[in-house]
Amino acid sequence: MNLHARVSRQTWQFTSDIRILGSGVSVGPLEGKGPLASEFDTIHSDNYAKQDSWEKAEQRMMKEAAQTAIEKSKLQSEQVDMWLAGDLLNQIITANYTGRELDLPMLGLFGACSTSMEGLALASALVDAGFADYVLTGCSSHNSTAERQFRYPTEYGGQKPPYAQWTVTGAGAAIVGKGGDGPKVTHATIGKVVDLGIKDPFDMGSAMAPAAADTLTTHFSDLDRNPDDYDLIVTGDLGKVGYAILKDLMKDMGYNMDPVYTDCGMMIYAPNQEVFSGGSGCGCSAVVTYSHIMNRIRHGAFKRVLVVATGALFSPTSFQQGESIPCIAHGVVVEGGA
Amino acid sequence: MSEYFIAFAVGGLICVIGQLLMDLTKMTPAHVMTTLVVAGAVLDGFGLYDPLIDFAGAGATVPITSFGHSLYHGAWQEAESHGLIGIITGIFELTSAGISAAIVFGFLGALVFKPKG
Amino acid sequence: MAGNIKSRKKFQMSKEQYQKRSAEFRPKKNIFMNSLKAFVVGGFICALGQAISNFYIAFFNFTEKTAGNPTVATLIFISVILTGLGVYDNIGQFAGAGSAVPVTGFANSIASSAIEHRSEGFVLGVGGNMFKLAGSVIVYGVVAAFVVALIKKLIFS
Repeated sequence: MNLHARVSRQTWQFTSDIRILGSGVSVGPLEGKGPLASEFDTIHSDNYAKQDSWEKAEQRMMKEAAQTAIEKSKLQSEQVDMWLAGDLLNQIITANYTGRELDLPMLGLFGACSTSMEGLALASALVDAGFADYVLTGCSSHNSTAERQFRYPTEYGGQKPPYAQWTVTGAGAAIVGKGGDGPKVTHATIGKVVDLGIKDPFDMGSAMAPAAADTLTTHFSDLDRNPDDYDLIVTGDLGKVGYAILKDLMKDMGYNMDPVYTDCGMMIYAPNQEVFSGGSGCGCSAVVTYSHIMNRIRHGAFKRVLVVATGALFSPTSFQQGESIPCIAHGVVVEGGA
Repeated sequence: MSEYFIAFAVGGLICVIGQLLMDLTKMTPAHVMTTLVVAGAVLDGFGLYDPLIDFAGAGATVPITSFGHSLYHGAWQEAESHGLIGIITGIFELTSAGISAAIVFGFLGALVFKPKG
Repeated sequence: MAGNIKSRKKFQMSKEQYQKRSAEFRPKKNIFMNSLKAFVVGGFICALGQAISNFYIAFFNFTEKTAGNPTVATLIFISVILTGLGVYDNIGQFAGAGSAVPVTGFANSIASSAIEHRSEGFVLGVGGNMFKLAGSVIVYGVVAAFVVALIKKLIFS
């Protein structure tokens, strides 16, 4: 086996035994009624999470997820060397204010909804390179903070199209360290910004699917792998629309995704929950990955999983100025077993 | 009873125009509303909106097009009695109720309610 | 180090190709059903307006001409209450333009902005943001009324 960390310009191979020691998630009420509810650490019965603003509610969820991750890793917060986090709000205030509470050295990240895997890849790299023993990484989103920042006031009666997505209210965090028996982080593929000209800010699935296709194709050819080499390949938040497009694009590239592929945005809500095309937001992939997928890997149901978190890198200003939506996707391989 | 039916039908049809603008073009709701307001003012300029109100009652006064009609109507009334300057002084003459009610009730709403999400 | 540049399969597609391709997967808006819902809900709000107007004429000595103002104010009041209770956004998702085009939609855009931005304080939040959606309606209504009145004045008198 080649023990070079750099496989290609985009793909990294971690040379030491990088593990996810523990993870935590905290979610809002709608997610708490979804099919994965039993695997969530904290479920809030109201969207305010007993705070007086949506922003504070999101911060509370992120802090809870972070603290649960530290606890489950059986660490003291003084032992954690770094907080790598991001969210969707302007100047990533959720991550920054959570950093203030956690009192940890921090590097803020913004990759829109791809932040979850951006954080996990960077955390693994920092630990692998020896710059840190334990890194805490996480991200969050909140339906109402995202709506009011990117779209309309939450009580405004605008009609959403059937291909719109529902921003997940929730946060997920994980501790990355060396050794132990947790899920093992083996590879990461860093995406490039891809923009195929989608301009409708409701149509995130179509906008992001090409970025995911680009990262997946790069990942498979860099490591000389196929979809069959994975027990599960999951994208962050393409929703039903983006899911179908990505499968189609990958078929063009000669990859049959069908047997192993699904999307976090489709897993987090039940079909009867009214979320249009599915979930989205930083919290979507973080919550699903750091609860359900980690559990399944620990229980041995999945041996090797590829999580590709997809992010739409636009702002309210950019779309009002008529710019199309640039997107990015980062993939991380997590394996089970000792 | 027929006045309710006419109000229903005409008001409903104006809403359908708005819906088609939203569904068939790339207009946002804000673009559709501004278009309809401008349309109301222009129709009234041609003297077409008042007959519609006579025919449809609330079917023509409740949709946002009537806001454009009232703005124009106020401006035109003042312009007739005071000349050009009347256009400026008269614009808000007839729309006071709508705007004042929206500001006052909106403000009171913000005092009382919290967004539910 | 030429070996550092890896040759591999690349995902490539032109914007035009992708627009076409992705459109096949995007669920279509049901224009007929949307229009029908808009018609029924919008029509209902207007009929309600007619009833309120008749009420003011019958009991408060308003005439058909003057009953418009209290009617509009009443509809706005109802809309603000429904917005505050968190109902109007659900009506809007169902009815689309049916609840956006009547004056209740105008009130909803003002009240929802005011309520939403209360967390930034009453001056910068409520006061500063109240018209962030309705503002363009007022601006274009006023400018259109001005232009039309000016043209008519200059040409016809």
